[in-house]
Amino acid sequence: MISLFYFRIAITTNGILISHSDDGLPKKRLPMNASFRTSMGSLWRALLSASLALLAVASQAASVSVAVASNFAAPMKQIATEFERDTGHKAVLSFGATGQFHAQIKNGAPFELLLAADAQTPLKLEQEGLALTGTRRSYATGRLVLWSRTTGLVDEAGTVLRTGKFAKLALANPKLAPYGAAAWQVLAQLGLRDALRPRIVEAANISQTLQFVASGNAALGFVAMAQVFESGKLREGSAWVVPEQMHTPLRQDLVLLLPGRGKPAAQALLAYMQSPKARAIIAAFGYTL
Amino acid sequence: MNTLSAEAWPAIALTLQLASLTTLILLLLATPLAWWLSQTHSPWRSVVAAAATLPLVLPPTVLGFYLLVLLGPQGWVGQLTTALGLGTLSFSFSGLLIGSVVFSLPFAVQPIQHAFEAMGRRPMEVAATLRARPLDAFISVALPLARPGLLTAAVLSFAHTVGEFGVVLMLGGNIPGQTQVVSTQIYGHVEAMEYAQAHWLAAGMVVFSFLVLLALMRLQRKPDRLQA
Repeated sequence: MISLFYFRIAITTNGILISHSDDGLPKKRLPMNASFRTSMGSLWRALLSASLALLAVASQAASVSVAVASNFAAPMKQIATEFERDTGHKAVLSFGATGQFHAQIKNGAPFELLLAADAQTPLKLEQEGLALTGTRRSYATGRLVLWSRTTGLVDEAGTVLRTGKFAKLALANPKLAPYGAAAWQVLAQLGLRDALRPRIVEAANISQTLQFVASGNAALGFVAMAQVFESGKLREGSAWVVPEQMHTPLRQDLVLLLPGRGKPAAQALLAYMQSPKARAIIAAFGYTL
Repeated sequence: MNTLSAEAWPAIALTLQLASLTTLILLLLATPLAWWLSQTHSPWRSVVAAAATLPLVLPPTVLGFYLLVLLGPQGWVGQLTTALGLGTLSFSFSGLLIGSVVFSLPFAVQPIQHAFEAMGRRPMEVAATLRARPLDAFISVALPLARPGLLTAAVLSFAHTVGEFGVVLMLGGNIPGQTQVVSTQIYGHVEAMEYAQAHWLAAGMVVFSFLVLLALMRLQRKPDRLQA
């Protein structure tokens, strides 16, 4: 029934979508149903109802809007589910790059809590007066892993980097991604920086790095442990967990932002991030605390 | 079954709502603009034409960033809307709508302008000799003649808005239920390594875009046959 609505709009707008079979996909009651009917009528009524729907969302007191660095997306989804079950508050998660969140928060984004991929951005936000002082703290420290989807290619000491039986090595842009910078530090420590430079492919961020390697376009790459480990075990392929002392710690900080001041749900999530349950989830995804 | 997640439906709904309203607004804005561009001899013509084509070549993240700054609390549009009691429009549906209209503007202006230009001056001159007032002639002569161009503009604006990513991610903030559309949700799924859900949405998008373009190609075939 609801799915028919979507396509009726398409029909009235450009007259090309003819039908949509009801295929039993999961359906959900939508708060914006009313605005659907009106968008076929007048523009103004639709705009009005759209803003009413937004007001309805905004007036839900027990929800907290969280900006989450994309490398922490998977654990945060689990934590949000548990948080909702335990406290009744809802955490609305938006995923993105930390640098982009910084730009958006500076320009008035309504996020109440930021889980950054680094320690610098929360500090900068605090200095800029956009975050509440005293709320900034580390919630996870990432681990760097040299990973290949081929079993047996990467040994447990990372000597594959020296023996060099691979065509391409993927790592994240060191200027944008802390994991990329850490990977360069590891290569420098091993004295392989110049030798390997022609074989390095640079990805925009850590999830693109994983895609390079997971798709087999790069034989191996430096990724986050959280991406390839599940409950403390490697999911597939072969990996070398890089010793922590080989690079600066991949500390990730969180901070409460101005829109979160005095909001019970935001305070509750801030506290929940330190609960044993949340810490267990964070650890299971390959982060140290 | 591991198909579409529950959050997918609000995102699909929001995407179609955004695309429909963007198309409607663009047709209202682009038609007079395209008419002016097709008729005027003003020295400003090339400047306006270039400005209206700019969103076609600018990277969406650049466009998104400028709109973010412009609509934000420090930007002059943001200060204007705040003074009018509307608050800032970034990270809201209205903000996305503005972004989408700007982003898809060339896709609406170009086909309509070409349709008006292809029509030539003669139909309007004939209408004038029959004492039709300019507005009357525009509505009853120019618009029906430009119908294929208007149709193309509508289809392209709609499809382009459905597929846009950079602007909506930057300007919207990817907030579920408020500014999260299908394309930004695919991004979220990929980042969270939920490849199955990402595939379902992405495949749906490919099929949808193909059908839209197929319909457009079929619609465009008609005038060719008449000319032949």
